[in-house]
Amino acid sequence: MKKNNKNQSHIISVTVENRFGVLARIAGLFSARGYNIDSLSVAETEDPSISRMIIVVKGDEKILEQIYKQLNKLIDVIKVQDLTQEEHIERELALIKVNTQSFNERQEVMQLVSIFRGKIVDVGKKTLTIEISGVDSKIRAMLDLLKTFGIKEVIRTGKIAITREFK
Amino acid sequence: MKGAQIFVECLKREGVKVIFGYPGGAVLPLCDVLYDSGIRFILTRHEQGAAHAADGFARSSGKVGVCLATSGPGATNLVTGIATAYMDSVPIVAITGQVATHLIGNDAFQEVDITGITRPITKHNYLIKDVNEIPRVVREAFYIAKTGRPGPVLIDFPVDIQRKDGEFYWPEKVEIRSYKPKYEGHPLQIKKAWELIKSSKRPVLIAGGGVIISNASEELKKFLEKTNIPVAFTLLGLGSIDVEWEYSLGMPGMHGTKYANFAISEADLLISIGCRFDDRVTGKIDEFAPNAKIIHVDIDPSAISKNVEVDIPIVGDAKLVLKKLNEVAEKIDISDWLKKIKEWKETHPLKYEKNGFKPQYIIEKISEYTKGDAIICTEVGQNQMWTAQYYKFKKPRSLITSGGLGTMGFGFPAAIGAKVANPDKIVIDIAGDGSIQMNIQELATAVYNKVPVKVFILNNCYLGMVRQWQQLFYNRRYAFTCLKGGQPDFVKLAESYGAIGYRVTNEKDFNEILPKVLEEKEKVVFVDCRIEPEENVFPMVPAGASLTEILDGLA
Repeated sequence: MKKNNKNQSHIISVTVENRFGVLARIAGLFSARGYNIDSLSVAETEDPSISRMIIVVKGDEKILEQIYKQLNKLIDVIKVQDLTQEEHIERELALIKVNTQSFNERQEVMQLVSIFRGKIVDVGKKTLTIEISGVDSKIRAMLDLLKTFGIKEVIRTGKIAITREFK
Repeated sequence: MKGAQIFVECLKREGVKVIFGYPGGAVLPLCDVLYDSGIRFILTRHEQGAAHAADGFARSSGKVGVCLATSGPGATNLVTGIATAYMDSVPIVAITGQVATHLIGNDAFQEVDITGITRPITKHNYLIKDVNEIPRVVREAFYIAKTGRPGPVLIDFPVDIQRKDGEFYWPEKVEIRSYKPKYEGHPLQIKKAWELIKSSKRPVLIAGGGVIISNASEELKKFLEKTNIPVAFTLLGLGSIDVEWEYSLGMPGMHGTKYANFAISEADLLISIGCRFDDRVTGKIDEFAPNAKIIHVDIDPSAISKNVEVDIPIVGDAKLVLKKLNEVAEKIDISDWLKKIKEWKETHPLKYEKNGFKPQYIIEKISEYTKGDAIICTEVGQNQMWTAQYYKFKKPRSLITSGGLGTMGFGFPAAIGAKVANPDKIVIDIAGDGSIQMNIQELATAVYNKVPVKVFILNNCYLGMVRQWQQLFYNRRYAFTCLKGGQPDFVKLAESYGAIGYRVTNEKDFNEILPKVLEEKEKVVFVDCRIEPEENVFPMVPAGASLTEILDGLA
């Protein structure tokens, strides 16, 4: 792994056997050694016997090196990759329930959503629920704009990421 | 075949001859099959004893040790033993019964999530969920336990699957796509390492437990004899080669020899082989080997650059890497350094004041008598450090001691395991009066199974090492460390189990009984040695101090 700045955020892709208990092994490794997971997302891959975890962690070079080695030491771990070291695409998904008291507010929110290329996925009498995906900064910008209307609830996924084919 | 039969057949295919264990409700079908399987079952009197015995068996023989316990409390009683094995990279397979699959998660009677509990202290573990995966799981468990950096593997085996019908098959090969240990060191790294060694003026080699695990003693000896590089042995590395070799420095670290610590502190190059730079070895890490470049050979990449920054890492098996090094190794010009080492050895030898009945004397005499040919087990504390300092280890696998976890109560059951694996060797447990009482119930195991181990209790009526720290750092306030009240009569205790008991209070009596004890072929012997109660282990580097800040306690 290359040199990193202190406490830089890293997106680590961990390819693992799709078995019960694997998530616990990985989570346990982080907690036992005092490393913090910022976000985590797990799902089956194109090969149903394999799962991929995308883990976002902060740490200096030394911590990252240990995380990398300790993950590799787990029997169920097939591959560990630091995507931050490579050209990659990252995405997060957020579901945002926002208050809309009037027709005008509703119009305004819908415009914002369309600028951000989000979707309205549910409509209530006094709320709109928005689905938006993108990089972290885009989601934060959207949330910031919606704040003025009053956000009732936000659910965000962890980051997912994939390497670019053309490097 | 039933699941239990398939399982036992698999154990046989893996070459298992002995199991240390304790039965219970969730292993009834397994025990029933084992009863007339031809595999020797050694019933311990506590599951912890079973785990340590399997550990002693494995360390002394290099084979995988096997222990068995039932679900719930049986399984949790193995935990200390499994953690001990994990810290010292010992290949054991622990088999636990589990409640029936339909009850798992229901807080059933004697249910515990033992795979969850042991996740951080096993190399890997399994919960068998289908009778057809038994052969694969057993095969993988043994393979994982003994390959790469060895370690304990646990198999949790629900009782209903033990009773279920299934087919036996034997996978000839083990294929785990996510587990491919690396044995060959990178040739370029090895080349770089030799270049660095060649140009060094003050090199020191540190031999750790990895040398013994990989059976690299011959190669190490060859390398050292070619180069004359002074060698220090970590606690688990003792016995790698003869500790009395001309340029041997003995053990470094907290209770290491002064000359080992001086040498490391002045070295311009450290070659660490199979040692993980434990804090007991390094002392204050910022001041450890301040002038030295470091070459680190280890089979576990995560051990490298974990505690100290390494200049040349070599991931690989100690034996194979040493073999490659020996292809290029030759005499190097370090005569000034060797002269200095000799001076240090002469001016700062290990020593103790010879007044009264001293533990160091006992160890020296045992060492003289057995000539390094016995298997020495220890408990943890002063007994362990005196043994490490004063027994002249000559051969690999002759010291069995809990290094990483520091488990009191380890030595006696481990000695039983070691004696089972090596019936022709003299097997000795050097104990303290505190630690021997932690697994004293295994007297029954040793006596009943005719495993004639010899136990020397260095009895000072104290938890000696803790008392020593209290004396030195807590103003002699001996909080909870005096064991005088309630101490049993160890002689009568041994006799009540059918063992032989002796009590000695001076050198003369000790020398008289020593041959009798060590020549006793049939019976277990306990020797209650009433040593000087406030004798300390010196030299000593206080915790967190640098290796040159040495207390020696001598006037």
